[in-house]
Amino acid sequence: MSQTNDPHDVGGLEAGPVERGEHDTAWWEWQVDAMVRLALGKGLISDFAELRDGIEHLTPADYEDLSYYERWAKSLAYTLVDKGVVTRDALEQKMREIAERQAQSS
Amino acid sequence: MSHDHDHNHDHDHDRTFQPDHPEPTSEAARVGLALRELLLEAGHYTRAEEAAMISRMQGASPDNGARLVARAWTDPAFKARLLDNGSDAITELGFDLRPAEFTVMENDDQEHNVIVCTLCSCYPRALLGMSPSWYKSRSYRSRLVREPRTVLAEFGVELSDDVHVRVHDSTAELRYMVLPQQPAGTEDWSEDRLRALVTRDSLIGTQRTLTATDTDADGAPFP
Repeated sequence: MSQTNDPHDVGGLEAGPVERGEHDTAWWEWQVDAMVRLALGKGLISDFAELRDGIEHLTPADYEDLSYYERWAKSLAYTLVDKGVVTRDALEQKMREIAERQAQSS
Repeated sequence: MSHDHDHNHDHDHDRTFQPDHPEPTSEAARVGLALRELLLEAGHYTRAEEAAMISRMQGASPDNGARLVARAWTDPAFKARLLDNGSDAITELGFDLRPAEFTVMENDDQEHNVIVCTLCSCYPRALLGMSPSWYKSRSYRSRLVREPRTVLAEFGVELSDDVHVRVHDSTAELRYMVLPQQPAGTEDWSEDRLRALVTRDSLIGTQRTLTATDTDADGAPFP
């Protein structure tokens, strides 16, 4: 039987040794984490399943390349745009502002 | 990286990043920060709520899971309730994972339990703190269900052939924790003293044997 797993569905696949590193959580990662929890707590998303739905909509390339909280960020954005909580235009505008701020402050 | 040119505004960008953390520059991280600012501006949550949430998450540590284990070791009735219905039993110690279900799997001489989340990285963080990055790694998630004994051996867990291994795959709705075996010779120890023996990895199942010493040979039990 051929295996055509979605990118997140890695149970049982071949993989190399487990990298035993433990990394510190960056401040923006805490913010993303808190955002996900508060989005749940405030009812912006109804349950973890909706978040998982967002994760499963990531492209295989994203799933491979993104870090853990990057995946959460993109999947929550997907879910909240999909639900109409925010618009894609507003999100893209805000991303441009943040990129400009970062360029100025670096 | 903090800057004060916008000190007349109430949106304090300078607090977006902690000084000792690098600013994220990836597109995906910017998606997250942009979304955060939009939600804050729309009043879906406040900075105070965010700060409280981060503080709470930073405060969660494996010591919470260790408290449950020490209570179970010293109180057979609690242990029975914990194994029967973990979601309800942990509320007795002030923890709450609902709406996710919470199930505790007990190790014994014939059985070893270990948890994973093959689909993403579900983890009972309120009880174990932040998950280690290896728990979230593709390698751990892929291989634990296929060759658990090999992976466990890499973690230093040597299991004889007559010990049955059960791998528990967490989901968004169901979280697991392992109840490790109480070290021999600690039967009359206090709950607090026992609690200090319990390590994070023993609650995940990537460690099987706990040692009855008050000072962990590997250093602090909760790194």
